[in-house]
Amino acid sequence: MREVELLIIGSGPAGLCAAISAASSGASVLILERSFKPGGQLIKQTHMFFGSESQYASYRGVDIADILIEKLGEYGERIELMLNATAVGFYEDNVVTVLKDEKEYFKIKARSVICATGAFEKSLAFPNNDLPGIYGAGAVQTLMNVYGIRPGNRVLMVGAGNIGVIVSYQLMQAGIEVAAVLDAAPRIGAYLVHASKLARMGVPILTSHTVKEAIGKDCLEAAIVCEVDERFDPIPGTEKRFDVDVLCISVGLSPLNELLAMRGVEMKYVPQLSGSVPMRSESCETCIPGIFVAGDASGIEEASSAMAEGYLAGLCAAAKLGHASEDFEQRRSEYLKQLEDLRSGPVGERIRAGMKISQL
Amino acid sequence: MDENTIICRCSDVTLKEIRELISQGYVTYDEIKRLTRIGMGPCQGKTCGQLVLREIAAATGQSIADLSFHNIRPPVVGVKLHLIAEEAEKHED
Repeated sequence: MREVELLIIGSGPAGLCAAISAASSGASVLILERSFKPGGQLIKQTHMFFGSESQYASYRGVDIADILIEKLGEYGERIELMLNATAVGFYEDNVVTVLKDEKEYFKIKARSVICATGAFEKSLAFPNNDLPGIYGAGAVQTLMNVYGIRPGNRVLMVGAGNIGVIVSYQLMQAGIEVAAVLDAAPRIGAYLVHASKLARMGVPILTSHTVKEAIGKDCLEAAIVCEVDERFDPIPGTEKRFDVDVLCISVGLSPLNELLAMRGVEMKYVPQLSGSVPMRSESCETCIPGIFVAGDASGIEEASSAMAEGYLAGLCAAAKLGHASEDFEQRRSEYLKQLEDLRSGPVGERIRAGMKISQL
Repeated sequence: MDENTIICRCSDVTLKEIRELISQGYVTYDEIKRLTRIGMGPCQGKTCGQLVLREIAAATGQSIADLSFHNIRPPVVGVKLHLIAEEAEKHED
């Protein structure tokens, strides 16, 4: 059985930064990536990031992925990136089973593991929600921004959070009409700067609205929406019809961390972090020594926090393996400071509350 | 219209079926899983999990945080049995 020093599962923003951080401290790293391309969600993100320079503000997500992947190369053989390789099981003796290229299945034993597996999309229940033409926002972004395929001609977006609003704008950039953006909440969740762009282009953003049903025979032909009251119950008589061939569902993400759960890591349902998350220390270590978590797998935030958590987890995992860099303390407090800044202010209030609950 | 609302895409289980089972007293994810196969398909409960827990919470007056999901077991995606058998044979001696 192959043995590795540090196994990182996932090569999104958290996994890539964890690998760079650990390798720069002297650890040998194997990264497993289930896709054919590294970068996770970054490769679909054609918009510019906000925040501070340390998280590549004003760069586009897709360019950040390129920068991080190029950095991996600087560490030569100390970092190996295995593509098309899905971690399918995680066992007591730190053995991880891997399915590669759909045709190879093997075991890897790791001294330490960083789980940076990201998130999955929440779904929505409404009549005829299985009609072709109803997509998650991630699928729409993948079709457009990774493969260059139009998902349809006229889209109704469900969800006015950052993803819903940003994907709506990207659809319009691709020449696709966006009929409207809905959200069941009474206010727009997205940053004002993203929502304003849509509003300026004449796209109505309907708050306190939900999908009542989808209509179509072989594929989506229309969607009926209605207003909801403060308890999110539909208000009769408020129905509106939108003739659309795409309904894009963007109602939030949940942490993807089933590998940690099956390994026996202590988990907790934390609504502020959007689902079940592993309990962890300030250094991103779970209750099982040597098993770390970083990025959305530990609670839904943004790519900038995922990068900072990745750097922190990689640094601390390497130190625990005996590769404490000379500037360990300085780097550790720098990453903690970055995370504190990213989670500051009223926007970070929920995250701060969630972090408190999930702290070991 | 509940019969056209799909809760589990993997096994085509509808909201109507879920609500009927809850009204019969099956008020845990695991019980409904054993009766309908929710959570046992390719997505392993990532589509239906929160939708079913929300239905149970609404019907029983509990909070989702107090409900339990199913035990997570490997593998997280489908693996062909011959691949597992071949890997096991390699380590037999």
